[in-house]
Amino acid sequence: MTGTLIEVRGLRFRYDDGTEALRGVDFCLHRGETVALLGANGSGKTTFVLHLNGLLTGEGEVTVCGFPVNRKNLPEVRRRIGLVFQDSESQLFMPSVIEDVAFGPLNHGLSTAEATARARKALETVGMAAAADRAPYHLSAGEKKRVAIAGILAMDPEILVLDEPTTFLDPPGQRSLAELLARLPQAKILVTHDIPFAQAMSSRAAFFREGTIAAEGAVDELVRRFNWGPLG
Amino acid sequence: MHHVVLERWSRGTSAVHRRDPRVKALATLAFLIVIATAHRQLPWLATACFVLLCGVTLAARLPVRPAVLRAGIVLSFTVVFAAMSWISGDPARAVSLLLKSYLSAFAVLLLVSTTRISVLLHGMERLGAPRFLLMVVQFLYRYLFVISEEAQHMRAAALSRGAGAGHATRRSRLQAAGGAVAALFARSYGRAEDIHRSMLARGFSGEFRTLESLRLSAADVWFGTLAVLVPILIRIVIERSV
Repeated sequence: MTGTLIEVRGLRFRYDDGTEALRGVDFCLHRGETVALLGANGSGKTTFVLHLNGLLTGEGEVTVCGFPVNRKNLPEVRRRIGLVFQDSESQLFMPSVIEDVAFGPLNHGLSTAEATARARKALETVGMAAAADRAPYHLSAGEKKRVAIAGILAMDPEILVLDEPTTFLDPPGQRSLAELLARLPQAKILVTHDIPFAQAMSSRAAFFREGTIAAEGAVDELVRRFNWGPLG
Repeated sequence: MHHVVLERWSRGTSAVHRRDPRVKALATLAFLIVIATAHRQLPWLATACFVLLCGVTLAARLPVRPAVLRAGIVLSFTVVFAAMSWISGDPARAVSLLLKSYLSAFAVLLLVSTTRISVLLHGMERLGAPRFLLMVVQFLYRYLFVISEEAQHMRAAALSRGAGAGHATRRSRLQAAGGAVAALFARSYGRAEDIHRSMLARGFSGEFRTLESLRLSAADVWFGTLAVLVPILIRIVIERSV
């Protein structure tokens, strides 16, 4: 296995209403990297990451950990790439935290005992072991985000994709999330508008514009080039 | 939110809570049949069953008064039909309707207050209930709170823009309410799509697997036998003796 975890070539996608969301995207993610995807709303960032584990299927080639993303390989691909959604509320649908975190491992064929052990370990990793038996809707936004990440970590993925991870989080929650992500060894893709967060976490960035990657490079460089910094 | 209270109650550790969900579901079903098919001496039977349910509530270490009051929520629906029966000259039917619906609601309330929803649904699945229906119930239970919160936010937004200030006509209020319901539906639909995507992303392939594993113990069998027989015996005794 080489150091390339994700390879995308000429990815195009059009929604049913005719909107052309991706117009030929080329992208690579290497082992150990954290890449921020920047760009305006509607520029294709989220549509792009939904292709990485086959939730959307467009034209072009997408390869994850050596597996072409197609119907046959979906279980292998989804085992290797964990997608953390913007709104954790939509990801935490089981009645208790432990059941939710164990959802992925059970789907991948682990026994109840193995899935429980994986779930408990993942909850420990994100510092939420004490919440195992709580109902998800009793958790704060930051806690929900941690549990959502635990639900992905329990599947033991090689790649983490986080869509707007700092949304709904207060500054301490954002710091705490950044510390957690920095500890995790997986390669990461961060879809974000939060430039300070992207600067702190990412080794490089890709800037999306009108369905293509307009430029790649250091976060600071892209922020200057596209005038993408926060106010002030 | 009522279901938050029930969820808290369902996490108790009493002997009733620990019983197998299949046994409790079957016992509840037996109780409902006993009540629904009763015609003679209904007030006496209803009183005895009410005392029995209160006894189970105490055994489950649940607060009796709040449980009794919560079960009464169902009366807001049945009282309309009871009133119609009363007005049409059948007061016995009206009383029967109220008593039966209240006791049925109380029994079901006890079932969901002493069994965590995931365990209950798993038990129902093992009893042969359609999996799709159970999934719908589970998601409804999980997201009722979220949808309700969204509705409250929309109401607050409407109020902050002067809704309810008394200047709006009935027609414009209805239009606003219709728009709010449509927006809520669209949001719920969007959330459902997000939930489905997040399930697929974690390997969901159509079969719902859970951590729960059920084992029937001797205590479950005894509890089930008693829970089924007691209401039947109560009915037989009352119908023969009073």
